[in-house]
Amino acid sequence: MEIPYTVAARPDTGVNNAKLGVWLFLASEVMLFGGLFSAYVFLRVGAPEWPGMIGDHQFARSSDILNIPIGFFDTLVLIASSVTMVMSWASLKMNNFGKYKLYMSLTILCAVIFLVVKSFEYGDKFSHGFYPAESSFLAIYFTLTGLHGLHVIGGIIVNSYLLGPGSKMWKTDGERFTNRIEIAGLYWHFVDLVWIFLFPTIYLL
Amino acid sequence: MSDATSVEDIKKHVRVYITVFTALAALTVVTVAVAYLNLTIVPALIVALFIATIKGSLVACYFMHLISEKKIIYAVLITTVAFLLALFILTIGSYHDQYGGKIVP
Repeated sequence: MEIPYTVAARPDTGVNNAKLGVWLFLASEVMLFGGLFSAYVFLRVGAPEWPGMIGDHQFARSSDILNIPIGFFDTLVLIASSVTMVMSWASLKMNNFGKYKLYMSLTILCAVIFLVVKSFEYGDKFSHGFYPAESSFLAIYFTLTGLHGLHVIGGIIVNSYLLGPGSKMWKTDGERFTNRIEIAGLYWHFVDLVWIFLFPTIYLL
Repeated sequence: MSDATSVEDIKKHVRVYITVFTALAALTVVTVAVAYLNLTIVPALIVALFIATIKGSLVACYFMHLISEKKIIYAVLITTVAFLLALFILTIGSYHDQYGGKIVP
């Protein structure tokens, strides 16, 4: 049985099912991250100092603990990956499969660079004894960035499939494959968007 | 954007993507530069969230094609934003409803 409306728009919604499906999924993601952001606001507003005491040290600003240049670099890498992701979709729209492969590879490379940098950052925190249980600041920092990191890993898995075995669909059903890239792109841009808000609120304030 | 079919249309969009990327990178530099001004928390929060909102809007409008999307997608998003606001308002409201005990940082 053929799955209906994978490419053609459904008459009642005006979009194909995959697009509506991913937007509903992203809506649930907004609530997931929104819940954690509101927890962050709650903890922050209620705390007399932020980040405050961690171990024997008093910290006046989060930038005393977190490395701004690293966060800045990570932000640029994720923004670049969003551009390469949308360029991979545009390449398919222009019937250029070779460029699609190039841009999708760059997207995955940027995601891996982001994770490698993040893992070094985590390692540095742990080496200084900064664990999630040490303070509310560290707990919310690790929870938010950890959950975001899991989303990056999810994106790498999906995009790697679409670059490798999943790309065979280009020959059999090119239009549907192009739609898949657009849908994967929507998810990936959302992951970028979350970081755009995470970086200033956690690193810079 | 999903309606764009001709190669010429897509080429125009590609130019827009490059422009948006440049704007996002520039705004990230501005965000970091403002952080080094050591503003107090309220103005720092306002500036940081203002810039983040502009950047987020650019990503949503151009990379996620929201600038030319169908009504049902806007309906989903408006509903989501309403629930998100309710979540924030309830959380902040519950803070003011406490007995005044400070949260351990």
